[in-house]
Amino acid sequence: MKLTKTFDKALWVFHLNSGSCNACDIEIVAAITPRYDAERFGIKLVGSPRHADVLLFTGPVTKKMKERVLRVYEQTPDPKVVMVVGNCGSTTGVFYDSYAVEGPIDTLLPDDAHILYVNGCPTRPENIINGVKEAWLYLEKLRGDDK
Amino acid sequence: MNLERLLVTLIFVIIIPFLGIFLGLLYKGFDRKITAMMQSRIGPPWRQPFRDIRKLFMKETIIPEGAVPWVFNGAPLIALAASLIALLYLPLGPFEPVMEGFGDLILILYLLAIPAVAMAMGGLASGSPYATVGSQRELVLMMSYELPLAIAAVTIAWRFETFSLGTIASTPVWNLVGPVGALGLVFIAVALFTVLPGELSRVPFDQAEAETELAGGLFVEYSGRNLGVFYLAEAVKLVVVGTLMIALFFPHNLSSWVSFGGPEIYGFVILELMADIAFFLLKLLVIIFIAVSVVRVALARFQIDKASYFYWVPMTLLGLLGTVLVVMDGAII
Repeated sequence: MKLTKTFDKALWVFHLNSGSCNACDIEIVAAITPRYDAERFGIKLVGSPRHADVLLFTGPVTKKMKERVLRVYEQTPDPKVVMVVGNCGSTTGVFYDSYAVEGPIDTLLPDDAHILYVNGCPTRPENIINGVKEAWLYLEKLRGDDK
Repeated sequence: MNLERLLVTLIFVIIIPFLGIFLGLLYKGFDRKITAMMQSRIGPPWRQPFRDIRKLFMKETIIPEGAVPWVFNGAPLIALAASLIALLYLPLGPFEPVMEGFGDLILILYLLAIPAVAMAMGGLASGSPYATVGSQRELVLMMSYELPLAIAAVTIAWRFETFSLGTIASTPVWNLVGPVGALGLVFIAVALFTVLPGELSRVPFDQAEAETELAGGLFVEYSGRNLGVFYLAEAVKLVVVGTLMIALFFPHNLSSWVSFGGPEIYGFVILELMADIAFFLLKLLVIIFIAVSVVRVALARFQIDKASYFYWVPMTLLGLLGTVLVVMDGAII
């Protein structure tokens, strides 16, 4: 799939809570309020994974959510980037020994998935916007590799 | 129809769709920027819709397993085609409608209904329960706002005694009525202004694609190119309904002001034409600002039954009252 620069400036985001405590989700909502205004970068929250370019996962993947996470990932059209918001998604965080947790998101998704991490417990809206900047750098690198 | 007229028509038929798409995306960008400024945000740049479109056409297009492929893929094209054809029958600024003589106001009303029906068709064909609910809401809403829209169109046409849009747009309707009729026209204009957000499925009448409750409603299964074509159809529809509003109520031109009744020489004609086109674009921006941006910022989404009631009872009654006043005005004179 050919990536162009336009892709960077029109990222549509689908947010899925795969078992988080809701703290990161609230920070994501804070990032699209007038104070932080993520829309100035062309970022838009959409309601369906079919419209999305970026999948925003929060929280460790619980046993019940594993199937849904994979299904949402499959439903998203290529090219797509996964952004894991919060410590739980990348390491399972404080839930590391829970019987209900399947594991961090990167162990479940296919190997060719492009995953980015935004850390913090919960993360801050500034950090999420910084994560988007990192995503742009990452996409630039991908384009460089394509050549 | 002679050969020259045929050639001119053909050229316009090729140019106007591109112009419509360009203007639609441009005004969509302005709408988003103005909305952001009203919410004290910085907002996306005005060329954001162009980027969105380029991105959508680049993405993978998924056809879900439960869908009926030919309806699912055909619906966006029908919606875009109907919006573009409607543009050919509307007077754009100082120009007569390209297809003047081949269709009139009634045809426009039908062409305006087709994109909504196509969206509902596509939603029903996508095989998702969310999309089905969205389609039903779209159809309910369509049946609701058609009534005030038809009342407004019929009243204007009654005053002019013709349905031809070229004739209607040649004289402002306000010049034909006395004070009582003018009051009636104000009522009808208000009713028609409330139809615009419904016609464009914008807040507060975006129940069909309600993101927070229906996850995108009609468009829930659409992706990539198909979604992009729907996006274009919506953008063109913005221009179409704005132009219809201008043609019915505000077909005023600046030309007599610019040239001060000067001689009909080449330079003056060009100057008049440019002033008229600029004034038309400004009128379109003001109408979109009032009917879409301000309403979108000020109001939240209605429940579907309340939206339907809003069109069927208060707005229909307002439109009918306006009609009665205009007719009474005609009887007095």
